[in-house]
Amino acid sequence: MTEEKFDAIVIGAGMAGNAAAYTMASRGLKVLQLERGEYPGSKNVQGAILYSNMLEKIIPDFRDDAPLERHLVEQRFWMMDDTSHVGIEYRSDDFNESRPNRYTVIRAQFDKWFSRKVREAGATVLCETTVTELARDTNGRVIGVRTDRTGDVILGDVVVLAEGVNGLLGTRAGLRETPKPETVALAVKEMHFLPEEVIDQRFGLKANEGCVIEAAGTISRSMAGLAFLYTNKESISIGIGCLVSDFATTMESPYELLESFKNHPSVQPLIAGSEVKEYAAHLIPEGGYKAIPQLFGNGWVVAGDAAQFNNAMHREGSNLAMTSGRLAGEAISRVKKRGAPMTKENLVLYKSMLDKSFVIKDLRKYKDMPALLHTNSRNFFTTYPQLLSQAAQNFMRVDSTPKIDKERATTAAFIKARSRWGLVSDAVRLAFAWR
Amino acid sequence: MTIAVTNLRVEDKLYQNRYVVDSGRPHIKVRPHQQPSANLYALTSVCPAKCYELNDEGQVEITADGCMECGTCRVLCEASGEIEWNYPRGGFGVLFKFG
Repeated sequence: MTEEKFDAIVIGAGMAGNAAAYTMASRGLKVLQLERGEYPGSKNVQGAILYSNMLEKIIPDFRDDAPLERHLVEQRFWMMDDTSHVGIEYRSDDFNESRPNRYTVIRAQFDKWFSRKVREAGATVLCETTVTELARDTNGRVIGVRTDRTGDVILGDVVVLAEGVNGLLGTRAGLRETPKPETVALAVKEMHFLPEEVIDQRFGLKANEGCVIEAAGTISRSMAGLAFLYTNKESISIGIGCLVSDFATTMESPYELLESFKNHPSVQPLIAGSEVKEYAAHLIPEGGYKAIPQLFGNGWVVAGDAAQFNNAMHREGSNLAMTSGRLAGEAISRVKKRGAPMTKENLVLYKSMLDKSFVIKDLRKYKDMPALLHTNSRNFFTTYPQLLSQAAQNFMRVDSTPKIDKERATTAAFIKARSRWGLVSDAVRLAFAWR
Repeated sequence: MTIAVTNLRVEDKLYQNRYVVDSGRPHIKVRPHQQPSANLYALTSVCPAKCYELNDEGQVEITADGCMECGTCRVLCEASGEIEWNYPRGGFGVLFKFG
């Protein structure tokens, strides 16, 4: 293998790596993809929701044979306190369309399918291979990789670092910084199995329809965090994630947090009687636009979670990973087609394609959101959910109190908790961070 | 087998998972220390697999067999040199069936 030279070496067989490898292999490039897991997906964790539009741009007919769980027709957002939730939900029959917009998937199964497509496109996929080091020439240009299989360098014109949020290679080589506790969340998740018809009944679903619940509030114990519950065909993915810096400060244990969420009176009936078959943990990039590292250099590009591409406000990560991987693959293919070298000057094409895409535009839109939510987590994740719950209960509970007094009590509670200035300030800062 | 969803211990959670342990080659090591820093001490409760525990001398020790390779400890303690973090050799470590 040391004699061989590849047009591109892709590190990792997650969403970004598979998108990049597929894009390049299907354009005729000689691609080697390295994955440290036993099979593609064995190290990958996601909720998981798949976004059709972004996958269609890579594999238009993916619906023919991809392992899809349910297409989503309903989304619920919950603000929770200890005994209640206040919710917004949207459900529409319009989502029962011939080419549905979003699906739940199980990553280990989906990634195996995606990897099969990558191999069919002509790439060489080598699993059970941990890349230990980037090989560089005397000018610092990346020329290949070393793995734990052999000490020899495997040569490639360009290395696509799709090594995930906790990627070691790029950080050890000084191409980007290790994520900071403030820019990553730790999420834990369980797979709860239930018969398909039980899930249908509990969520009011039929014929592969799916429902998503995302929840914030006192369940994160004042940390910046979010819990989720996704319906798969015969299982429910349930989990919760909070900023690592908040975990370190509070010393909360993530599995106790998950247990509390599962035992919340709004959640417990939905998963009652289920069989747990897996417990997983993973980091999620949360730094947003301001945490995006240098994306390209001489002989390398970085894509997906490794580049902090995650839209925390919309809980979209895998589509940014797929799109950045695809654009990296397209950019490299275009440079290759011109017969030009994989230098920083030429690979800037990847960055300019990303800048024109939704990936960078969306992250830029919410560039101030992480700072706002992360530094005011008690207000947004405890105080407001509690106030909302009290306001709702005050509104619903019928007694002999005149309505005008109830309204005054609700207003007084908000002012007491945050002050008039605090309420206005929170609203203004939220509005500015959102625009 | 149906397990009640309440009061699961983390050991029971990890028991559901599939691992190929690389015996004698732990991929994470804790540097010898007298007293743990705040971040290192925090790992005793923050690690989602409860790999980190205090010994009788108040020092933090790791047993990485149940590690899910999330990287939380790396983010908190690698920069200070308190832990040494590598991925397991190819094919070893946690192998998610569902992910």
